[in-house]
Amino acid sequence: MGSFSWMIAGPQGSGINVSAEIFAKALARAGYYVFGQLEYHSNIKGKHSAYRLRIADHPVSSHVETIHLLSALDEESLVGDMYHEFPAHAGHVGEVAPGGAVLYDSAHRAFVDWVRRPEVQFWEMPYSELLERALREMGRTEQARAFRIMNNSLVLGASVGALEFDFDAVAEAIRESFGAKAGRVAELNVRAARLAWEYAREHFAHQLGYRLPKAAAPRHQMVIKGTQAVALGKLQAGCAIQTYYPISPATDESVYLEEQQREHALVVLQTEDEVAAIDAAVMAAHGGVRASTSTSGPGFALMPEGLGFAAITEAPGPVVVLYQRGGPSTGMPTRWEQADLNFALWAGQGDIPRIVLASGDIEECFYDAFEAFNYAERYQVPVILLVDKHLATSFQTLLPFDRTHLRVDRGLLFDPAAGSNGDYLRHAFTETGISPRAIPGQPGGIFWTTTDEHDPRGHITEGIANRLAMMQKRMGKLELAAREIPEDRKYVLHGDPSAQLLLVGWGSTKGAIVDALPLLAERGQPAAFLQIRLLRPFPVEGVRRHLERARTVICFDGNYSEQLARLLRMETGVLPAHRAVKYDGRPFSQDEILAAVEHTLATGAERMVLSEGRVVGEDHARTEFERLVALRRQRPKMQAPMVPLPPGYNR
Amino acid sequence: MGTTTELKTFTAQDYRAEIHNDWCPGCGDFGILTAIQMALAKLSIPPHRVVVVSGIGCSGKTAHYLHTYAFHTLHGRVLPCATGIKLANHELTVIGVGGDGDGYGIGAGHFVSAGRRNLDLTYIVFNNDVYALTKGQASPTIGRGQRTKSMPEESILEPINPVLLALASGYTFVARGYALDTRYLAELIAQGIRHRGTALIDVLQTCPTYNDLHSKSWYDAQVDGQPRLYRLEDTGYDGRVHHPDDPREVSEKKAQALLRSQDPSGRIALGVFYQIELPTYEDYLKEKIPALRERPLAELDLYHRNLEDNLRRLM
Repeated sequence: MGSFSWMIAGPQGSGINVSAEIFAKALARAGYYVFGQLEYHSNIKGKHSAYRLRIADHPVSSHVETIHLLSALDEESLVGDMYHEFPAHAGHVGEVAPGGAVLYDSAHRAFVDWVRRPEVQFWEMPYSELLERALREMGRTEQARAFRIMNNSLVLGASVGALEFDFDAVAEAIRESFGAKAGRVAELNVRAARLAWEYAREHFAHQLGYRLPKAAAPRHQMVIKGTQAVALGKLQAGCAIQTYYPISPATDESVYLEEQQREHALVVLQTEDEVAAIDAAVMAAHGGVRASTSTSGPGFALMPEGLGFAAITEAPGPVVVLYQRGGPSTGMPTRWEQADLNFALWAGQGDIPRIVLASGDIEECFYDAFEAFNYAERYQVPVILLVDKHLATSFQTLLPFDRTHLRVDRGLLFDPAAGSNGDYLRHAFTETGISPRAIPGQPGGIFWTTTDEHDPRGHITEGIANRLAMMQKRMGKLELAAREIPEDRKYVLHGDPSAQLLLVGWGSTKGAIVDALPLLAERGQPAAFLQIRLLRPFPVEGVRRHLERARTVICFDGNYSEQLARLLRMETGVLPAHRAVKYDGRPFSQDEILAAVEHTLATGAERMVLSEGRVVGEDHARTEFERLVALRRQRPKMQAPMVPLPPGYNR
Repeated sequence: MGTTTELKTFTAQDYRAEIHNDWCPGCGDFGILTAIQMALAKLSIPPHRVVVVSGIGCSGKTAHYLHTYAFHTLHGRVLPCATGIKLANHELTVIGVGGDGDGYGIGAGHFVSAGRRNLDLTYIVFNNDVYALTKGQASPTIGRGQRTKSMPEESILEPINPVLLALASGYTFVARGYALDTRYLAELIAQGIRHRGTALIDVLQTCPTYNDLHSKSWYDAQVDGQPRLYRLEDTGYDGRVHHPDDPREVSEKKAQALLRSQDPSGRIALGVFYQIELPTYEDYLKEKIPALRERPLAELDLYHRNLEDNLRRLM
């Protein structure tokens, strides 16, 4: 088996997340590697969402476009939102691989006729009949209609049955997800899943050509999302204060941390806006603790002022985690984009010394979040950690983080025991540009600081020599960081180092590119992947060496304007000859990396736009847009799927 | 008496930074600066246990003139900044200072939220009706129809009543002082610092350069034969809520504060309009986070956390 791709799709609020995560947990315990990727709308209930699980017997770090089993909770998953004037999609049946299957509710039979494909299996299951049976067997008299909210457990059970996976492992994960308090509801869900599992064993077994036998060597793996990995990295680093204002997709990290307040003695402060969030974090850092804030583009838009504040007062932080999402402005709050690279690098008036790093995967999220605090305190600069929606909401099976090599570095500190007769200078000129920092409350360490240009004591001055010296001191810290930060923290070359084909990327494009490398090698097209991890200070020499060495360079950018490619040219003088961009709101898949390579080698194209698994032409967007509208016109009138209220809600 | 520990006392001089002061001659800010130093001396808080956080403008420079830990931050951001450092070390005395434009204009959102939070902070607003450092534009406290000599036109906006805004926002200590009545202002500031919770002290401040309407002689003038400025306690006013659990008393005390804060007689009341003892934000945090009962965050060792349970829960 290469990898198996399962999708559960339905309206938001119908529990597809819960079911996907339950399945992933059971699979992880059985020793499988899983990568889960979620697409959802900025909406609470009713709009379409879809979770993809890629299941493999080897590590996987990205999703694929094709689906082997589509488990549909509603008709929109089958045919799309043909109730909108301008439909957003035409359902997922078209993504199913030949030989693959679509599991659907017999109530939606009419819709299946809209999208039937001869090379795909269509598995009908009577959802409400099975629900009714489950209710009866559990001694309940309510109508199945009121319990449609359990359809997610039905399709989970059926999928597990069709794949001949261990039901008990799934039942255990279902019970865990409901927690101890919801015993009866959990059992009801287990029963529904069990009936569907049996139904699938009877009707759909052996029809996929894939099965998931219990692995011989189960592993103790985590199933972890990027928001959790960042949060854990912060906890490990000793972060004491996290500030935030609610925003998708960053909030989950702060909520996770909030749950840890008691156990790990950390304060999570929900502020009135992101201005307050960054300013409170800057001052907390000045106050002697490790402080952080997490946000997304629209929140970061309120933070440039605070970055400058941190920079000119030489605050030892904060760490700002920027979860990029689709922009500009409110853009697409729950969709992916890597279009805040320039913003992170340049936000703020004047010259701001800042360190900008980008995590490539969920594991790096942990280590980068940890290290970010060391950089912040060692160089007394704000540190921006760039992540994105894909890292935030995707999950992956990982072994527990190895923490043995992690070291906390708090940088140069003023020593109150050594005493000071009023000669302590917070912004003292030193050899390295770093001044030992006192912490308010310490005797002998009294200092002043200001967002105005200041002298070593921290008082305002507009003197010329002082200005020159202070600018050199602050900006010089970046040169120091560039010398001290280890090379493999700056960039990593993955794959075949002698390959003449070089793929370049940053952030979460890593997963898709790394998964594509062995497939390229198999196709006789060995490639290397240059992952840029440190964007400021930029590793000029090392990156230039690689760019100049390879015969063919393709740069992957999750934005319209080729932000990384342009940065490469600015920093190294080398513009990658081929640039593949994606700005449709969905992350790169392994298929798209392969498509871009193929297209480059075949055509020599300089710029390629990727979408839905392929390189698309100039007229693609309009054609596809019009195709969807035409499709809607052809089809009978359709109602939007409804999410039922929880049973008994309005009683 | 060998068993008593020596308690060092401080004078106003101990809080004075050795630096040239560049405020205009006769600026009301001098009075406020002196009052802060007198209040700190009265409470004898060691200078290194005090953090002053200031905004931008003439008032922002106050931080430089004080011998305490001092942060001259951003325009309008005094309260978020004060919040951050107070959370890092809740045992420090944190004082915010800023102008009326800073606090009631650009920082109005923060002003409201800080009241809701009720950290143990003192916030002193230098209220002179103008943006002085940018040469005297109208600030949020100037009245409709008023025009100082620096304004090209009269203001067509209603002024903010800081006392009312503070009451609506949940401030647990709300006072008004006058910059040129330094002794009394020092007393109000000391009360504000002593108060457990967020204290607002709105200070009427003269700006001899740009505000020719509300000058010293205007404040000194009589209204209907009586001094314009008077002290609340001289009229038998009691702003303190004696039973914080009694919603009726709370409402009545807020109502009288409203009435006196915009005295219909045209006179201007100084003093404590409202005070209530309620649990602070730190109190709630200490309930949630037991480690904070022992020491502040900045003094905790958080660098050896054991994450085994967190990782196990993900498996």
